[in-house]
Amino acid sequence: MLNANIDTDVIMPKQFLKGIDRTGLDKGVFFDQRFRADGQPNPDFVLNQPAYAGAKFLLTGPNFGCGSSREHAVWGLYQLGIRALIGTSFAGIFFDNCMRNGVLIALVDEAQLRQIMTHDTLGKDLKLTIDLPHQEIRIEEKEAIRFEIDQLRKNVLIEGLDPIGSTLQHKDAILNFEKRHLAENPWLA
Amino acid sequence: MKTRTLYDKLIDSHSVKTLDNDGHVLLYVDRHVINEYTSPQAFSGLRQHNRDVWRPSTTLAVVDHVNSTEPNRTDFSESESGARQMKYLAENCDRFGIELFDLLDKRQGIEHVVAPEQGFVLPGMVIAAGDSHTTTYGALGAFGFGIGTSEIEHLLATQTLVYKRLKTMRVTIDGTLGLGVTSKDLVMAVIKKIGASGATGYAVEFAGSTIADLSVESRMTICNMAVEAGARGAFMAPDEKVLAYIQSKPRAPRGSLWSQAVAKWMTLKTDEGAQFDREVHLSAEAVEPMISWGISPDQADIISGFVPSPNTTYGDHQNAAIERALEYMGLEPGTNFEDIEITHAFIGSCTNSRIEDLRQVAAVLAGRKIANGVRGIIVPGSSLVRQQADEEGLVDIFKSAGFEWRQSGCSLCLAMNEDILLPEERCASSTNRNFEGRQGAGARTHLMSPAMVAAAAVSGRLKDVRKLKPK
Ligand code: SF4
Repeated sequence: MLNANIDTDVIMPKQFLKGIDRTGLDKGVFFDQRFRADGQPNPDFVLNQPAYAGAKFLLTGPNFGCGSSREHAVWGLYQLGIRALIGTSFAGIFFDNCMRNGVLIALVDEAQLRQIMTHDTLGKDLKLTIDLPHQEIRIEEKEAIRFEIDQLRKNVLIEGLDPIGSTLQHKDAILNFEKRHLAENPWLA
Repeated sequence: MKTRTLYDKLIDSHSVKTLDNDGHVLLYVDRHVINEYTSPQAFSGLRQHNRDVWRPSTTLAVVDHVNSTEPNRTDFSESESGARQMKYLAENCDRFGIELFDLLDKRQGIEHVVAPEQGFVLPGMVIAAGDSHTTTYGALGAFGFGIGTSEIEHLLATQTLVYKRLKTMRVTIDGTLGLGVTSKDLVMAVIKKIGASGATGYAVEFAGSTIADLSVESRMTICNMAVEAGARGAFMAPDEKVLAYIQSKPRAPRGSLWSQAVAKWMTLKTDEGAQFDREVHLSAEAVEPMISWGISPDQADIISGFVPSPNTTYGDHQNAAIERALEYMGLEPGTNFEDIEITHAFIGSCTNSRIEDLRQVAAVLAGRKIANGVRGIIVPGSSLVRQQADEEGLVDIFKSAGFEWRQSGCSLCLAMNEDILLPEERCASSTNRNFEGRQGAGARTHLMSPAMVAAAAVSGRLKDVRKLKPK
């Protein structure tokens, strides 16, 4: 998925946004490209090609996930089995949504991305592993590519913390802040 | 003291706590707007964990994305899924004590039109909503940004978000806009200049004499669409115009609270000499009416241009991306934009559906008729805008021209309700996104200003509104 600016409308089209729960969204991922008009899988689409079936990682183009805030896009990717996206830049809301749902975003630079893309086993039996604690993508357990992720998100992914629970540990700080803030800006009360 | 940008001030004044050395803070959020389609799972999360809403009075719920826009709509929904989302929103608002503008409320409308219209958005506020166009509120000197559903849940439960500071960009626009050139053209020109990811990772402040000259509603169009360049927050320092705009709104502070607030709001500006990570300059005189030709908002150009060739590099877009765009849009390289025929003309969306937009549309449509073969649809941004357009006599003009005059909602901006285009239909649209499938699978969208949509509607093809013969 290496084009620039692949947006969340394309990742998860509108007809899959109509539920009130998170289920069944794997079907919707890249729907218009993954399936033909008659409902059959489109053989030209990359994830339908045998070499990429069951892929866990996606290589992505710049500004991946731009556009709508719909978290459905990320729920769908996760349900389809995608556990990490490797790319040079991601849209802000989408980035946060991924990190909130156990989809790792591994930020690499262009040269590193090209190193994976041009690997001669890509599309055959390329084996990529991601070592989150060491922030490394390993190609065939031989080459290692360092990726960027900030510590806070890394911890959340590794420890699977409940972010709301963590924030509520600062409950008193929030209450104090709120009291002062509303006193200073009484029109907000 | 250290000089600070407006962004620094807004974030500093809302930081409950610094969380690390990477720029993460616990950010206090003053107001929260929710809709029916990105909130359900957030409420389910709260229910599941038996959590309450921290401060329900700070959240406003509006039905806008899935509802019908039929002129004689009732609260019965043809669509089972839409009905379920609306019902669940109502249940949640009831259970958690959140105010709701439901479908038949006379204040109902698109969330980003409704919130400013109600005075729910005030300068200096930090506001989040489960919708990317929350950036709109920046036109009032607030800091608005979009969040996903997990963050909605987090915000409801804690009144805060774990937030990472962005880089800062200032876009300065000076000079006078030409006749027939609008703030929509301006923001499209900015997006073309910096690219669809030009502001990814940035909070963008707009400044300069052109911005100062614009009305508050026109400024909203700019902040709204800045997200199409990737901006996670776009804002302008509040000025007298903003005060005048807010003062007439139902929820504006009154009496001594008003003067206290104004004194504070007037300090909301970037300090002289404060540094931005990136500065962009644009001259308003150089801007002309814009249209998009591709499937990304930066694939856009001045109306007097023509469809590019796939063998060129276009901004960030390489050959393959241009080829794909042309294929999807069904366009031949070299075609003059003004020779592109349309089947639909749509006026609506949180970008351009306020009363000033409708006045501009009426000015073009007065005494004219929609071209044969074109379906014209106008969906006002809110039910109050709808009422005002009626009172001002605009509706008669729309109807005589042959436009459908609908009820408020997102409608064809994202086509989640029954308003949806068929494959290969081609729409001149006052909306903000020309993504593949945005207005319907295979449907083709050309973004432009409301006046340009009206010009296209009466011409049957894309048209420079300045070239219409005077009536
Ligand atoms: S009008 Fe369009 S962009 Fe605005 S909130 Fe509705 S769907 Fe989103």
